[in-house]
Amino acid sequence: MLEQSILATSVWRGDAEGGEFQRFEVPRRDSQTVLDVVTHIQQELDPSLAYRFACRVGMCGSCAMMVNGVPRWTCRTHVSKVSGNVSGGGGELQIAPLRNLPVIRDLVVDMAPFFDKWTAAEGVFRPSETRAAPMAKVQPGSPARAAANAGIECINCAVCYAACDVVAGNTDYLGPAALNRAWTLVNDARDGGQAERIDAVSSEGGCHNCHSMGSCAQFCPNALNPTAAIAGLKRETVKAKLGWRR
Amino acid sequence: MLDVRLYLLQRLTALMMIPLVLGHLVVMVYAVQGGLTAAEILSRTQGSLVWGGFYGAFVLAASIHGAIGLRAISAEVLGLRGVGLTALSWGVFLTLLLLGVRAVYAVTAGGPA
Ligand code: SF4
Ligand code: SF4
Ligand code: FES
Repeated sequence: MLEQSILATSVWRGDAEGGEFQRFEVPRRDSQTVLDVVTHIQQELDPSLAYRFACRVGMCGSCAMMVNGVPRWTCRTHVSKVSGNVSGGGGELQIAPLRNLPVIRDLVVDMAPFFDKWTAAEGVFRPSETRAAPMAKVQPGSPARAAANAGIECINCAVCYAACDVVAGNTDYLGPAALNRAWTLVNDARDGGQAERIDAVSSEGGCHNCHSMGSCAQFCPNALNPTAAIAGLKRETVKAKLGWRR
Repeated sequence: MLDVRLYLLQRLTALMMIPLVLGHLVVMVYAVQGGLTAAEILSRTQGSLVWGGFYGAFVLAASIHGAIGLRAISAEVLGLRGVGLTALSWGVFLTLLLLGVRAVYAVTAGGPA
């Protein structure tokens, strides 16, 4: 049997005060994901490693980390895709906590600022009817519904938030995920909170700070396009400002 | 640090500047045919309401546009916020406006009407 190849892995260890990368040698396996690597380290090499995951199938959005400098959902990222081709070895991997969020410990970041911004962007459904009202009829083919559909598969992983350079430079910026969520609601015919939402995304930290560079869309694991959603918000907020929004 | 008002202003001033830049370039290319002298330029601009209005609008649009752009950059790169950011934005706007208006005044005021 061939000698098993080894993945040279460095993992960021530390807390809010600071930290450093620690090296681990992890046996390379077929169909191995980055999350498998982290789990191997925690279960076999150092039980004190802190990280976060839940579903392991790309649904919960809790496992995002920086992998070789790029934000990724680690449970669905195959090592073979990212580790490079170091001849004779199993490649190299650098794993760090998600960018643009405060570190709690090791690979775990505090997601509170990320979700606070969802609330600040009015990313909350505001019913316009009571539960007694008949079910709203929404044409599946209508442009508004199509726009909402394009954005609703978000898993709240914060990969886009970590990828966004405007978030990095401006802590008040609501960020791609919150604005994408607001855009799906702007296109929800049943929602009754539109004026508040338009105000919220027109504020100082709002959609107008986006430079439309598209890092969020490039890295979103679900292939959503927050850049396009934010462009839609810019259009609607301008219409509202000029009194053209019905 | 742009809200919808500043965003709109920046787009509107950009829109304004497109024809102004083109007009400026076209006249420049046309005017240098057969040599260029200060006297020739001044003979065209002095006492001209049209050129005064043209470059006055240009200066105003450029001052607003530039100030908003630098505001966003200084917020993101230098981390400026609040009063400092407001002061910088207005400072840039007023400085550009003053310099521009002085220049427009210098080439359009006086001379043969
Ligand atoms: S397109 Fe906008 S939200 Fe997306 S990464 Fe760029 S600046 Fe951030
Ligand atoms: S928009 Fe994409 S990258 Fe951003 S939180 Fe949602 S699923 Fe993750
Ligand atoms: S563990 Fe749920 S998305 Fe990765």
